Amino acid sequence: MLRTIVRRLIAVPLLLLGVVTIAFLLSNMTKGDPLVAIVGERQMTNPEVVAAAKARWGLDRPLPERYLVYVGNLLTGDLGTSFRTKRPVAQDLMVRLPATLELVIAAMIVGIVGGISLGVAAAHFRDKGMDHAARVLALLGSSVPVFWSGLLMLYVFSVLLGWLPGPGRLDPRMAAPPAVTGFYTVDALLAGDLPAFVDAARRLVLPAIVLGWAVLGIITRLVRASMLDVLGQDYILAARSKGATERRVLFNHALRNAMIPTLTIIGFSFAYLITGAVLTEAVFSWPGIGTYAVDAARALDYPAIIGVTIVGGAAFLLTNLVTDVAYALADPRVKLG
Amino acid sequence: MTDATLPAATPAVRRRRTRPQWLTLPVIIGIAIIAFWVIVAVTVPLWTPYDPLMIAGRRLQPPSAAHWLGTDALGRDVLVRTLYGARYSLPIAVIVVAVAVAIGSALGAIAGYLGGLADSVIMRLVDVTLAFPPILLAMAVTAALGPGLDNAAIAMVAVSWPVYARLMRAQVLSLRGREHVEAAIAAGASRPRVLIRHILPLAWSPTLVNATMDLGQIVLLAASLSFIGLGALPPTPEWGQMISEGAVHFYSWWIAFGPGMAILSMVLGFSFVGDGLRDLFDPRSGT
Amino acid sequence: MSAVGTASAAAARPPLFEVRDLRVVFPGPAGGLEAVSGVDLSVDRGEVLAVVGESGSGKSVTMLAAMGLTGPAVKVTGSVKLDGEDYLGRPEALRRLRGKRMAMIFQDPMTALNPVMTVGAQITEMIRIHDRSVSQRQAMKKAVDLLALVAVPFPERRAAQYPHEFSGGMRQRAMIAMAMANDPEVLIADEPTTALDVTIQAQIIELLDGLRRERGLALVLITHDLGIVAGLADRVAILYAGRVVERAPVREAYYRPAHPYTASLLKALPSLEGDRGRLVPIDGSPPGLAARPPGCSFHPRCPIAVPRCSVERPALIAVGDHAAACHLADLSARTPLPMPAAGGAR
Repeated sequence: MLRTIVRRLIAVPLLLLGVVTIAFLLSNMTKGDPLVAIVGERQMTNPEVVAAAKARWGLDRPLPERYLVYVGNLLTGDLGTSFRTKRPVAQDLMVRLPATLELVIAAMIVGIVGGISLGVAAAHFRDKGMDHAARVLALLGSSVPVFWSGLLMLYVFSVLLGWLPGPGRLDPRMAAPPAVTGFYTVDALLAGDLPAFVDAARRLVLPAIVLGWAVLGIITRLVRASMLDVLGQDYILAARSKGATERRVLFNHALRNAMIPTLTIIGFSFAYLITGAVLTEAVFSWPGIGTYAVDAARALDYPAIIGVTIVGGAAFLLTNLVTDVAYALADPRVKLG
Repeated sequence: MTDATLPAATPAVRRRRTRPQWLTLPVIIGIAIIAFWVIVAVTVPLWTPYDPLMIAGRRLQPPSAAHWLGTDALGRDVLVRTLYGARYSLPIAVIVVAVAVAIGSALGAIAGYLGGLADSVIMRLVDVTLAFPPILLAMAVTAALGPGLDNAAIAMVAVSWPVYARLMRAQVLSLRGREHVEAAIAAGASRPRVLIRHILPLAWSPTLVNATMDLGQIVLLAASLSFIGLGALPPTPEWGQMISEGAVHFYSWWIAFGPGMAILSMVLGFSFVGDGLRDLFDPRSGT
Repeated sequence: MSAVGTASAAAARPPLFEVRDLRVVFPGPAGGLEAVSGVDLSVDRGEVLAVVGESGSGKSVTMLAAMGLTGPAVKVTGSVKLDGEDYLGRPEALRRLRGKRMAMIFQDPMTALNPVMTVGAQITEMIRIHDRSVSQRQAMKKAVDLLALVAVPFPERRAAQYPHEFSGGMRQRAMIAMAMANDPEVLIADEPTTALDVTIQAQIIELLDGLRRERGLALVLITHDLGIVAGLADRVAILYAGRVVERAPVREAYYRPAHPYTASLLKALPSLEGDRGRLVPIDGSPPGLAARPPGCSFHPRCPIAVPRCSVERPALIAVGDHAAACHLADLSARTPLPMPAAGGAR
């Protein structure tokens, strides 16, 4: 196992290099002229301004040179400067990262907790009402377009029922709590600001559910299938013969075994979450990396586009690696070394 | 398992089974949904009262007898636009998946059959492409090429092909050692001939299952790209585009309702049929 | 060895573990499929009862049903008594008995042990389910002692290992250790040696016999291996198609079988001594659950069947401690059955 981990670790930077290369090539295949975004349409007629911009952004150098410069910069953590915001991309991303993380973590909690509960219930009450209801819910989660369910939920819960606030991370009239983690909920608690905590938490509910619903779908189905598979095994019968209560059989024996394949899915669902996050943030006006990516793509802001794509790819690779390691650790049958 | 398992019981009277095992209710529903949309996509210009691009009534009207799904911000009939959307989503999905399958399967077959350097190169390319979260890659490609459905299609092909490469490679690897292949090689068949005539015909089932479900996923991806402004441009009645308009006029919930349901039904339809296909090819798999 | 005696005579007290008229019906068309149709069994302290039959005879299902392990969809009727008290129909009380006063070991220890829990943890679980007051540390110490008891070398080290790190024989020992954790009065062993090598089989049988002797354990041995029955059991009950067809002390069954099925089984056994006659397999195979023939279930394969056998089902009639369900059995006369000579299947 150690050998596998080392092999994967070596593969990651190589894959990242591939990721970077592709991202870089893409951004240079442009049809539109990035200069327009920087200088503005009016100034395009001014040759001095155009030349200055070209020099400043390195747009007058040949492609291979730009590539090497870029990779070199990457190694020092420099993702280039956004054409649109005029700030370093890395900085833009760091500022927006906590918002996305908070949303993704909340969605993961919804998806995992909900998914496991529903999956176990569905397996236990196989073919009865609970099972069917759980499976329908799971199926809808994986099939419904996230940006649509977001709109629907906002409409129903915010406009019609008025139970939850509208889009945005925090009530515009409130001040954001002093940033410790960047998570409004956690920071508000740390600062003892209860009204802000409640508001931030309430605003987190809908996007987390919308985003987490897809994950819940996958996990429910997988847990159900694993549980059904496990429940047919001999050691479950043996556990019952020990006088274990049904609850102990279900959780200590069945679920423990069923969780192992589920772990890989949790890692894999990260990809879903990134996809969903981009769209969910758009619907809920959530100031995270997702909206940043969308704005960047629309404005043809290539440094930002590459930056986000690379960060997304890197995060994805890392999660997969972590998942593999966790899987090997969780299943004692996978031998070490 | 101990003797406690129920011994194979053969009831004396068998209930007459007119339906094959894989043709479950969800599969039938799926086929119905897809058939519905295909028919709509082909025939809708013939029987709709309104034109999807023309103003048909007053702006932002809620659903009524005249407009079953109401009107949008410009006064166009939402239901008609929803139905017309199939004329964009279905062909795009089919083309994207077909091309992705073609490219991916070809590369995967080559990788699996030739092995060695070809295999390494192709598989590394697959790994790198799969290292991107699909929507980010699609966004990057579309941004590079410019907005519009055709560019979005290219982006979606770029995102989809790796899975098919992996599927085909796995199938080729496992089929390569089969006896009929060895027999063909022993009889002197050339490598391309062995690959095409002896391996490929048996290798299609996982690809077919995946492609079916991918059709729904591509509809979803295309709508997502259009939603953020990178795919279809107005006034095209594409579902994602319509939903983004619906987001702007948030209180007129009907604008997004039609296209949303349309996307949902398509994804479900292809998902059900894909499940059915999977059961058809391998009744042992599945929950 | 305890005094087996004549079970049907007025006993001072009832046997420790008794199953009466057990009927087990699986869900299915037309009222369900009856896997066990009125089985009577009993076993007393320090006694070994072998329950013998082919696959599908219902031998495992009987014991699983008696322990309440057949699940909610299966209908079980009859009575299951431990020390005179009937537990069938009282699932919660039965659950508390399981692992405490009645324990079970299974055929394949690789699949019967939870692969993601250490062996020690599975034994301590057995202890702590039934006695919450025992601390984890105390329970682990007891687990190590138990592993030593069943002759697992380096028990402390082994307790921290997972089942897949044990050899087959050791896994079975571990399962026995787990079953004995709460000093049960009845141990049901479902084909405990079938999945093991022959040399290991002998060790496991030795182990079980030792436990029986030292603790007065009542052992129910489910098996299809007549050799083991001869070596270990005091009494044997032979099941066919969900019914007991013969029940007797082992010597009686082997030297004077009263039922043609028993006789046929014995004839199909190779013998290491005496005349090495031809092995005679029994023609055909046992009936499936839904295809049980009318009259005596064995009659289609029986070498001495008469027309009455296909019409009227023979009742299980006992003379002394020997019972058989065959129209042609003559228990009191103590003459052997008129079985054909070697090679004489119908």
